[in-house]
Amino acid sequence: MANPARYWREIPQRYRLEAGKCRTCGTVFFPPRLVCAQCRSRSFETVRLSDEGTLVTYTVIRVGPSQFADQTPYAVGIVELDGGVRITAQIVDCDFEKLAVGLRLRVEFRRIQKQGEAGILCYGYKCVPA
Amino acid sequence: MRDVAVLGVGLNSKWGELWEMSLRDIFVEAALNALDDAGVDRVDSIVVGCMTSGLFVGQEHLGSLMSDYLGMNPVAATRVESACASGGAAFRQGFLEVASGAADIVLVGGVEKMTDVGGDEATYALSAASDMEYEAYHGITFPGLYALVARAHMHRFGTTREQLAHVAVKNHRHGARNPVAQYPYEITVEDVLASVMVADPLRVLDCSPITDGAAAAVLCPVETARKLSKKPVVKVLASAQASSTIALHSRKDLTWFESTAEAAQKAYRMAGKRPEDIDVAEVHDCFTIAEIVVLEALGLVERGKGGQAAASGMTALGGKIPVNTSGGLKSKGHPVGATGVAQVVEITRQLRGESGPRQVEGARVGLTQNMGGTGGSSVVHIFETV
Amino acid sequence: MAGIIGYGAYIPRYRIKVEEIAKIWGADAPNYKRGLGLEEKSVPGPDQDTITMSVEAAKKALRRAGIDPREIGAVYVGSESHPYAVKPSGTVLAEAIGATPDVHSASFEFACKAGTEAMFVCLCQVESGRIKYGLAVGADTSQGAPGDALEYSTAAGAAAFIFGRDHVVAQVDETYSFMTDTPDFWRREYQHYPRHAGRFTGEPAYFKHIRGAAQGIMKKAGLQPKDFHYVVFHQPNGKFPLNVGRQLGFTREQIETGRLVPKLGNTYSGSSPMGLTAVLDVARPGDRILLVSYGSGAGSDAFIFTVTGRIDEVRDKAEHTRALLDGHKVYIDYGTYAKYRGKILKAE
Repeated sequence: MANPARYWREIPQRYRLEAGKCRTCGTVFFPPRLVCAQCRSRSFETVRLSDEGTLVTYTVIRVGPSQFADQTPYAVGIVELDGGVRITAQIVDCDFEKLAVGLRLRVEFRRIQKQGEAGILCYGYKCVPA
Repeated sequence: MRDVAVLGVGLNSKWGELWEMSLRDIFVEAALNALDDAGVDRVDSIVVGCMTSGLFVGQEHLGSLMSDYLGMNPVAATRVESACASGGAAFRQGFLEVASGAADIVLVGGVEKMTDVGGDEATYALSAASDMEYEAYHGITFPGLYALVARAHMHRFGTTREQLAHVAVKNHRHGARNPVAQYPYEITVEDVLASVMVADPLRVLDCSPITDGAAAAVLCPVETARKLSKKPVVKVLASAQASSTIALHSRKDLTWFESTAEAAQKAYRMAGKRPEDIDVAEVHDCFTIAEIVVLEALGLVERGKGGQAAASGMTALGGKIPVNTSGGLKSKGHPVGATGVAQVVEITRQLRGESGPRQVEGARVGLTQNMGGTGGSSVVHIFETV
Repeated sequence: MAGIIGYGAYIPRYRIKVEEIAKIWGADAPNYKRGLGLEEKSVPGPDQDTITMSVEAAKKALRRAGIDPREIGAVYVGSESHPYAVKPSGTVLAEAIGATPDVHSASFEFACKAGTEAMFVCLCQVESGRIKYGLAVGADTSQGAPGDALEYSTAAGAAAFIFGRDHVVAQVDETYSFMTDTPDFWRREYQHYPRHAGRFTGEPAYFKHIRGAAQGIMKKAGLQPKDFHYVVFHQPNGKFPLNVGRQLGFTREQIETGRLVPKLGNTYSGSSPMGLTAVLDVARPGDRILLVSYGSGAGSDAFIFTVTGRIDEVRDKAEHTRALLDGHKVYIDYGTYAKYRGKILKAE
């Protein structure tokens, strides 16, 4: 799924949650963009998203894509990080029964995918209960 | 803009796992049925809707392929893509060609051949409708994305697991009367609740299947249809399309499909109709929750009340507003690129009075709603017999 | 004087008990527990490895150090379970903490003392003035062959230390390394599990080198066991550090704070470094600490630290190691353990 260049290009986002904040209207986009969807401005500064947030909605994947077949069942959710930006991420180290809208979470660095036994290792953000 | 009519429609004799038929065979069979229904054998232009023949069979350049295999060269032929709304988007392009005067007879076809790859690759191909780097990368699947919507809708409006099941049960009851359907048999709420969990809370029977199939329609100006056809003339009253964010997490409201609401509003305005005027509708039930949210976004039910619509019988044949009389994506099948056009086939036949055991009595105004991904794009058409 | 300016540890949440492993192989659990001085060990989740744990431990070290990561001049990870055979774990770590691109990196390897080797090299670079700050991590997701004695103790964890000259929390007073060619435990290229030489791994290996390093450094520094408040030894099981401590003349009290192994297992390159973090969590200004690692092959690195007044300001800026060890635990069964550790694989 991820060839080295495609994976590497997103590293500042995957590893450090780097986002783009519009210099004109202050809207933050993750990942960063070239043009602001709110005000059409093209000037941005780099900001880092918070590493704490709240669970907005979630599911437990029981039938997963081949890359993730060995990890099922696993929880995935939409997390609203403090500051307002939302991300999609796996929720780990959490009993499925404890998943609930409003759960406080923390971002942790984890391995997201492996490209088989000989391909690259792909890292990124997941969330754990705070 | 000229008034446009649907002159002819056609599908394959059967949808499902069509092992003997290739991508091109499937498209051509449905297209020939539509051309026969229209009573024409030449067109000015061909529009092909297909989500991803590239990932499913490794074939691109479908315009050229289909024009060739239909024996229509050198007619202009183009492929249109909008994920699961490819069919609807293709129909819209065909409509615009006729409405603008650029073409007089246009063949629109939607097709998807999904069974030449294994389940894992099919899942991957479908995931390409989401944000590959920020949704699919993390292991979310399409059932997973809609499960996120289901959980949000249940949390906010109290929609229940049983209500979701009723959507599937209703659509199967309709599909049992459709000989083309992939799964033409009834199921019960208990069947749905007992089926294997795919992505909490969605189970296998909440999900539309992997299907091979195609659907086609022939469009021409209304005046031409009146001259050429003995059948009731079905006019395209409105054609509208709208976009929303690619990623579900970028939406303002996870219990709503903004692209559907926007396209619907444009369509009602263009048609001079209101939701109450719709007699029959074909909507995008890729998952049971999708039909529920779509009905609210179309204004066919009150916000938050979508769950009750199927359970109460409101959207069943014989109810206030029958939805998915074809069996929907759930029972009829969901060959991705074909769905949007198949919806037009069903509504056209309903408005002509040709639907037999699925007929909605006195149907005069119909609506189709086709959606891509988790609502990144929506296409809405409204039809009326004139 | 140079020393540690920030430290942090990471322990995965999963645990497996000795009884659970013994049950599968028909072994006598109470005997194993007594003999190894071990109750349970940590298990990494399927999405965790030396790199992921290093990142989390390093983030804590950064919180305690309070520095701009761009000023880190070297990032070294010592492990015997680097995720790549070729591509240093430090490249991902450095990128994740924002230390790139003005930074040195390499992967360190010397069985269980790869972490302290990384610490030594960072220290030297800081002392020489070539770099301002250096980050050294000892981390492992060690593996034991199914049914082997090592399976009871091989665990996962990481400890990270930032070295510098300013804002020192624990200054380094002395270092010493004692090393010989001793084939007690090894892994050949392309082999999945390591091998060991049974009882030969005791006296001629672990004990000889730890004693050699401890006696060597104390002689260099003109100190005796009673001059130390804490001593942390490499901990392959619960018994060895107590035995070698007794041989050297240390008391149980001096050893106990940094002896995590009974509930953690042997985290290999993380072993004595993690013990050090647990000591720093409770040490008082002025306390003197002796750290002696051991890596098979074989050698021991020794460090003498003196804790400064700054420890009280920084220790609570991140979770304490004992809290990580005792809190949020999730026990798993052998089947889950085998699946997580890749001991059972589906067909292609």
